[in-house]
Amino acid sequence: MAARTGATETPVVIEIRALTHTFATVPVVHGVDLTLRAGEVLALVGPNGSGKSTLLRCAAGVLTSDQGTVTLAERPIGGWRPMERARMLAYLPQHVAPAFSVTVREMVAWGRHPYRAGLTAHDPQGGQIVEGALRQMEVAHLADHLFPTLSGGEARRCLIASALAQEPRCLLLDEPTGDLDPPHGRALFLHLRRLAGERLAVLVVTHDLNLAGLFADRIVLLTAGRVVAEGSPGEVLQADLLTEAYGAGLVVGNHPMAPRPTVLAAP
Amino acid sequence: MVWLLLFSLVAVAVAPLLGPTPLDPMVALQSAWAQLTGQPAGDPIAGQILALRLPRVCLGWVTGAGLGVAGAAFQGLFRNPLATPYTSGVAAAASLGAAGALLCPGLLAAGGASSLGVGAAALAAALAEGGLLAAIAIRTGGLRTEGLLLAGVTFNFLATALILLLRALTAAPLQLLYLDRWLMGGLDVVGWEWLPLTPLAAVGIMALLYHTPALDQLALGHDLAASRGVRVERATVGILLAASLVTAALVATTGPIGFVGLLVPNGVRRLLGAGHPRLLIGSLLAGGGFLVLCDGAVRLLAAGSAGGELPVGVLTALLGGPLFLVLLLRSLRGPR
Repeated sequence: MAARTGATETPVVIEIRALTHTFATVPVVHGVDLTLRAGEVLALVGPNGSGKSTLLRCAAGVLTSDQGTVTLAERPIGGWRPMERARMLAYLPQHVAPAFSVTVREMVAWGRHPYRAGLTAHDPQGGQIVEGALRQMEVAHLADHLFPTLSGGEARRCLIASALAQEPRCLLLDEPTGDLDPPHGRALFLHLRRLAGERLAVLVVTHDLNLAGLFADRIVLLTAGRVVAEGSPGEVLQADLLTEAYGAGLVVGNHPMAPRPTVLAAP
Repeated sequence: MVWLLLFSLVAVAVAPLLGPTPLDPMVALQSAWAQLTGQPAGDPIAGQILALRLPRVCLGWVTGAGLGVAGAAFQGLFRNPLATPYTSGVAAAASLGAAGALLCPGLLAAGGASSLGVGAAALAAALAEGGLLAAIAIRTGGLRTEGLLLAGVTFNFLATALILLLRALTAAPLQLLYLDRWLMGGLDVVGWEWLPLTPLAAVGIMALLYHTPALDQLALGHDLAASRGVRVERATVGILLAASLVTAALVATTGPIGFVGLLVPNGVRRLLGAGHPRLLIGSLLAGGGFLVLCDGAVRLLAAGSAGGELPVGVLTALLGGPLFLVLLLRSLRGPR
């Protein structure tokens, strides 16, 4: 494994070993190994249908895998009580559409569910934590707006704020930049970088190879349910590996402003 | 919320005064006090009128409150503001039970049409349907609410078809009349014989209130809810059973009273927001008050007409419809 300097000292938050998941006899994830450490942004990339979202759902404990293990903070993920697990791990699916009009503050406050549900639950700090999460994701000024009236970027930041209200140790995001324009996508990854700086472990599924290349510590490239490459952006975003994963049509170059690779569509 | 509480209290206080024979508030209060303390009533007529109206007001409040809560819960569970307590088919099953009791002479001695027998048959059928739906939810993992919704709609059609079949096979005009009256829904009870059913509704309402945090999460989608610690399958079945229990216990007495379970939660959501703890308590207060007032209005209207009382469901729709449209238009005009 290509561990970066110093990375071995940070605690492992999620450890996946030989994970296989099958949907109706079609294997979607095949013997995948993956390690997520505190303080890193790990990007999971790969073509459509390569099993990224399924792997993320298994890692989040939402989906139970057929074979292999998922370990959260050194305990099998199935061994956690759901409420306890939700205080360790926050997960955001690609599309979150509340069925009813809800204000941003209420939406973020729902992130306190793992602390508030149950007859004896008591959450005296909850209000403060919600306000903190709103400020952290720069949506405090929108707190009284209705969620469906937000722009794509605002909505995504609000959702991440609701995940932060869970006070998790790791954050699992499925295509958070899918519906964002480039500046908003960049801003979101900057937020993720900052959160990783605060010792959060961030696992992000993305189609944006350039944002992953710029802002991720490590990239895992998934193809047909298998890991075909893993390492630093420079190690993974290479022409031969990308061709193996995506087929022809991509060109790898150097970023004009940073020592990082960029990936462009071929003419 | 305070306003809804006040509304509910005022409705319950005012409703007993409404009817063909007007009651003076002071006389009514004295008479009620006399009844409570067991003293001889000052005004015997007022006492008798109160004895007739009070059970009806109480049943109206319980029914409106229960239908409001059950409607809010079904809307949350199905992630659909158009769901009602009847969407799951519970009321149709209750109607089928009542029709069976009324139209099959073997099941019930003639003349017992309005009594406990019909209610018991309606309750049994409704509980059986709720249980069946819950069993389907368990078998399918509780994850496909669209499937549950479709199953409920199917039960609705099945029950309606069976009722029509029973009607076609029956040649007893009086019993058909009873059935029609029952199917229209109404609160025209005499006495307190419906009271034993209220604990069932109360248990269901408590269970739904317990599940309100889970309803909030379920509104965001099952994956997110599961990741936040909700046991989606268990919560789905629990909410389904509890809401069915509430509906079954109430509909068994009153027949299907329309509109309350649809309108009240939608109106309250516009007033108090979409969070389910507030929404369910708000729907309880608003639903109770609203139905009690509608029933009072029914009695008032009956005073001026020769044709007897309107079914209260007609009035809930006539009064609630425009009120709801106003709320809807106001909320569509801009963000709250």
